[in-house]
Amino acid sequence: MVRFLGLPEVASAHGVSIDRFISYVHWLMILLFVGWLMYFVYVLWRFQQRRQPRPDPAGARSHVSTYAEIGVATVEGLLLIFLAVPIWAHVSEQFPAEEEATVVHVMAQQFNWNFRYAGPDGRLGRQDPRFVSETNLFGIDPADPAGRDDVTSLNEMHVPVGKPVIVHVSSKDVIHSFKIPSMRLTQDAIPGMRVPTHFTPTREGRYRIYCAQLCGNGHAAMAQGVLVVESPASFEQWLQSRSGGSVSYE
Amino acid sequence: MVQATTRSIEFPAREFHGPAHATGFWRTYVFSTDHKVIGIQYGLTALCFLLLGFFLILAMRWQIAHPGEPIPLVGWFLEKVLGSPASRGIMSPDLYNMFGAMHGTIMVFLAIVPLAVGAFGNYLVPLMIGANDMAFPRLNMISYQLYFLGGVVMLASFLIPGGAAQAGWTSYSPLATVIPTDGQTFWLIGMVLLITSSLLGSINIITTIVQLRAPGLTWMRLPFFVWAQLAASFLLLLAFPPLEAAGIMQLMDKVAGTSFFLPTGLAVGGATAQISGGGSPLLWQHLFWFLAHPEVYVLILPAMGIVAEVLANNIRKPLWGYRTMVYAVLTLSFLSFIVWAHHMYLTGMGTRISTFFQTTTIIISIPSVILLTCLLMSLWGGSIRIHTPMLFALAFLPMFGIGGLTGLPLGFAASDIQLHDTYYVIGHFHYVVAPGTIFALFAGIYHWFPKLTGRRMNEFWGRVHFWCSFLFMNAVFLPMFAQGFAGMLRRMADGGLSYSARISPGVEGTLSDFILGLNNYILWAAVGLGLAQLPFIINLFWSIWRGERVQGDNPWQATTLEWQTPTPPPHGNFLRLPQVYRGPYEYGRLDEDGDYLPQDRPPVAHTR
Amino acid sequence: MEIAYTVHARPDTGVYNAKLGMWLFLASEVMLFGGLFSAYVFLRVGAPPDTWPQGWLNVPLGTLNTLLLAASAVTTFLAWAACKARRLDQFKLHTGLTLLLGCIFLGIKGYEYHDKWTHYELRLKDGRIAEGHLVGPKSTAEAVVLKGRWVEDRRQLLDGRRSRGTWQELTIPRADIDRMQNYAPRHNTFLAIYYTMTGLHGLHVLGGVVVFAYLWGPGSRLWHVDPEHFTNRVEVAGLFWHFVDLVWIFLFPVLYLS
Ligand code: HEA
Ligand code: HEA
Ligand code: CUA
Ligand SMILES: [Cu+2]
Repeated sequence: MVRFLGLPEVASAHGVSIDRFISYVHWLMILLFVGWLMYFVYVLWRFQQRRQPRPDPAGARSHVSTYAEIGVATVEGLLLIFLAVPIWAHVSEQFPAEEEATVVHVMAQQFNWNFRYAGPDGRLGRQDPRFVSETNLFGIDPADPAGRDDVTSLNEMHVPVGKPVIVHVSSKDVIHSFKIPSMRLTQDAIPGMRVPTHFTPTREGRYRIYCAQLCGNGHAAMAQGVLVVESPASFEQWLQSRSGGSVSYE
Repeated sequence: MVQATTRSIEFPAREFHGPAHATGFWRTYVFSTDHKVIGIQYGLTALCFLLLGFFLILAMRWQIAHPGEPIPLVGWFLEKVLGSPASRGIMSPDLYNMFGAMHGTIMVFLAIVPLAVGAFGNYLVPLMIGANDMAFPRLNMISYQLYFLGGVVMLASFLIPGGAAQAGWTSYSPLATVIPTDGQTFWLIGMVLLITSSLLGSINIITTIVQLRAPGLTWMRLPFFVWAQLAASFLLLLAFPPLEAAGIMQLMDKVAGTSFFLPTGLAVGGATAQISGGGSPLLWQHLFWFLAHPEVYVLILPAMGIVAEVLANNIRKPLWGYRTMVYAVLTLSFLSFIVWAHHMYLTGMGTRISTFFQTTTIIISIPSVILLTCLLMSLWGGSIRIHTPMLFALAFLPMFGIGGLTGLPLGFAASDIQLHDTYYVIGHFHYVVAPGTIFALFAGIYHWFPKLTGRRMNEFWGRVHFWCSFLFMNAVFLPMFAQGFAGMLRRMADGGLSYSARISPGVEGTLSDFILGLNNYILWAAVGLGLAQLPFIINLFWSIWRGERVQGDNPWQATTLEWQTPTPPPHGNFLRLPQVYRGPYEYGRLDEDGDYLPQDRPPVAHTR
Repeated sequence: MEIAYTVHARPDTGVYNAKLGMWLFLASEVMLFGGLFSAYVFLRVGAPPDTWPQGWLNVPLGTLNTLLLAASAVTTFLAWAACKARRLDQFKLHTGLTLLLGCIFLGIKGYEYHDKWTHYELRLKDGRIAEGHLVGPKSTAEAVVLKGRWVEDRRQLLDGRRSRGTWQELTIPRADIDRMQNYAPRHNTFLAIYYTMTGLHGLHVLGGVVVFAYLWGPGSRLWHVDPEHFTNRVEVAGLFWHFVDLVWIFLFPVLYLS
């Protein structure tokens, strides 16, 4: 079903359950639509004025439609309770421990993505909007030593495969939306808020990052972002190569 | 029994002064307080806006299919009128965003609502309930004038330097506030005018329905259309004011430098913005969607009302489950106030809140299913008379079905993660409003045209109009679901080209040539859709003067009151105030003269 | 043909048209102010720490205004009762009082606005902060004269209740000033919502005053033609006025006392 619908091939752990859910819902929709359509076409044929010159004012006496309504309500309720809510709870609240995950800060701006990782010390520097400037997008406190070795990167987000990734999404100007269709991930980037979300990439590869929220005249062109999922070794290598003096906030 | 209780209330007798007093051209056609004239004014103005909204989207569809290529035929004209955003006839991203925002705004607030509530509601409600006018005729005129003024302000905004609003019809802050042009200010002022207009309009319609029903016309004898108008008016009345409040606050942000919707630490461009901060971008979204969700039911309920009337008339039997439908509409209206945040799942919502809004969204789909089911079940046992109005009304059902059903995966937050802001959403709601509502409005226009003019619209060209529209509507909107699944986003000034597989080989999750190629098909389908309206427009105007005259006042053998008065109705509507004796759909029950019983025909036993 | 129930109530609904229309309008007004009040709550709850001021507004003046509106609620009621009793002179008297009370209310509101508008916060280049009222005539192109005080910390500004007392005249050279801003809506979120809500409410008061002035003056001609109709108009205007009072009853504690 998912293949038939044409979704991009899934590359994250929770994406599989989302796909399954999407296909269940669409089965339900197709069933309903085709069922009613068949009835509809039959009725139009059967009760045309030519074939039925005198109407039967009593109309339908069957209760099938009532059962159908109850059925729809029940199935929707089941989908909601057993799939939709648990999936959402997983995505929005059941976070892995920060130590066991790759933690990335995402800062959207017109019209680029900025990423920030903790450097070798494993700790991210303190942030405060007061420090935000052209050269210090994340507003990292220059006085905090933990921030000195932090790694930032423009439009290229690297993560190791198979390990949970926690992304803290924010924006410095207007609302953007951090969307990676292959990962079944979407999170609005809202200025003044930092919203965490998470996923676990399951396949190595390069994946397109989309900006899904109208953010100005460069919205369509805000398409340079790419998520690179690679082996833990190459990820470490990349992180090393970027850290150490490659950024400064002076 | 029912009759006895209604009769026990004394309705004082009212006298009648005879039809239309002679008045001048201005008072009769321009500054009229007659609900029928105002209804027609609303209708014509709204149709013009519908056409304009369509032209905007046609230009956008060109850009989507052929990004960066000059717009054929009208490019030079756009450049002349709009200046630099359209330089060399090419649609710049600014212009694209401008047209997109204005397409949404014009279609929703200046075309469909004024057509469905302003035109149909105004013209038909007093006639259907046996009243001689609206309760507040002068307010009615003012309401139209405010609407017109709001439209003028919106149109004028295209011509100011920098052009119209560019932040989508949703006008999310901070974007709406920080774009350094005055378009948004015009948009907000226009909206305040439109909101005031629909406020006056809805007060008028509700009061009219409550107060001016003819004697004997009890609540459960109201035609379903009147119920739909009543519910829609309540939605307008109660949902619009919070948007007005939000509009005032955004206006303050824009002109007085406040920070209602601007957070601390906003840095647009290089420097931190010189604002106090402390506001919240989400507050705007909450207030906007608190209006905009009920608003979508304002778009659909009158349409369902029209479909119910046309259907009942042409199946020649009562509607199945009339009472259920009434209760479903009331439930739907009530629930529509507590589902708004399903547009905001991905702003970072916790499980508890999202569960609440998912649940209400799923519950609200049930009354819609019930309404549709009742309409579909009504067909069983009918003697179905097929002509143009009926074709449009029938087509409404599966089209709304597609639109409504695709609302379900959006209503579940889990699937909305993937589908949010893609063309799937565009497909979803256009199926409801375009082949849904627009078809219902067409059905209404063909159905009540004889009432307005005493002439019928041409049947052959009506059918041409229907089949071509039906074909092209689906050709336009069906491929959008495929695009949405593939991840193509809405509001892309380059039609998704930047995300194409072509320009970034080796990257997954990009758009294939097939998906982007669909854009070209959609373009030509949209052109076809536009051409398919030509028979309609010509037919409409031609039939006003040249159409075939109808015999008698009641060409469709209808039961409801609007057909029990001269066609076209005189000033004051009724020669004698009607007395109602029965429900609205007494078809197929009588064995003598004809197969229907008008609501105001006295029962046989009572005739002397 | 006359439109039905413009003057007399419809038997089964028990109201005449204008009354129902006014109730509906007030329902929409409830949603309008409801939207603003929810915005207030949303913004206040979500405000970053140490940004929401307290006690900036003049409680005695606010209380006086509350009393004025409460009194005017009584006079509007009496005006309507006078109409019912067919006493035009009494109606004129009570409506006149209502008008007077409404105008005083607006006057006081205007004074409060003026007081805020001329209240400045000055940030100096060396980091010091001064606040106070601008003494316009004494200020020159070189220096600003404030009747106010120095504060060490911006947070001190937020508590308006302890800021009175030791204000003196400060003369500050313009060259030293980094930023100078009056207490206009843009100053902070509290002032923004304060001006917006009271401004909108003030417009409603103004609207009410205009309506009553009309009924008191030229509109009262209807009395001699159709006193019943006129009484209805008075009643409907009174409904509106009571709603405006009610909004203030909520605005006062929310803005002045919390
Ligand atoms: C008239 C307009 C209208 C109507 C009626 C609806 C109806 C519904 N809508 Fe839709 N919606 C919009 C207009 C409308 N919507 C618009 C304009 C937007 C986008 C705004 C924007 O972002 O710009 C939107 C967006 C939107 C979203 C946000 C998506 C996103 O941004 O990610 C959601 C999510 O829950 C949603 C859900 C629903 C649901 C559950 C219904 C339900 O009420 C539907 C219930 C109906 C059914 C379930 C159909 C039942 C019928 C049958 C079973 C019969 C079939 C018949 C035959 C075959 C003959 N809608
Ligand atoms: C009621 C609402 C409504 C209606 C009816 C329509 C109708 C149509 N819409 Fe619209 N649309 C919106 C509301 C509506 N839309 C909204 C809210 C958005 C989101 C905006 C945003 O992003 O902020 C949107 C966005 C939108 C997009 C996405 C743009 C983007 O994201 O970049 C597209 C793309 O194809 C589109 C296409 C169409 C088409 C082809 C029609 C067609 O169905 C139009 C059919 C109409 C006609 C063919 C005209 C018929 C004319 C007559 C009959 C006139 C007769 C005249 C006289 C007699 C004088 N619309
Ligand atoms: Cu950033 Cu769209
Ligand atoms: Cu909605």
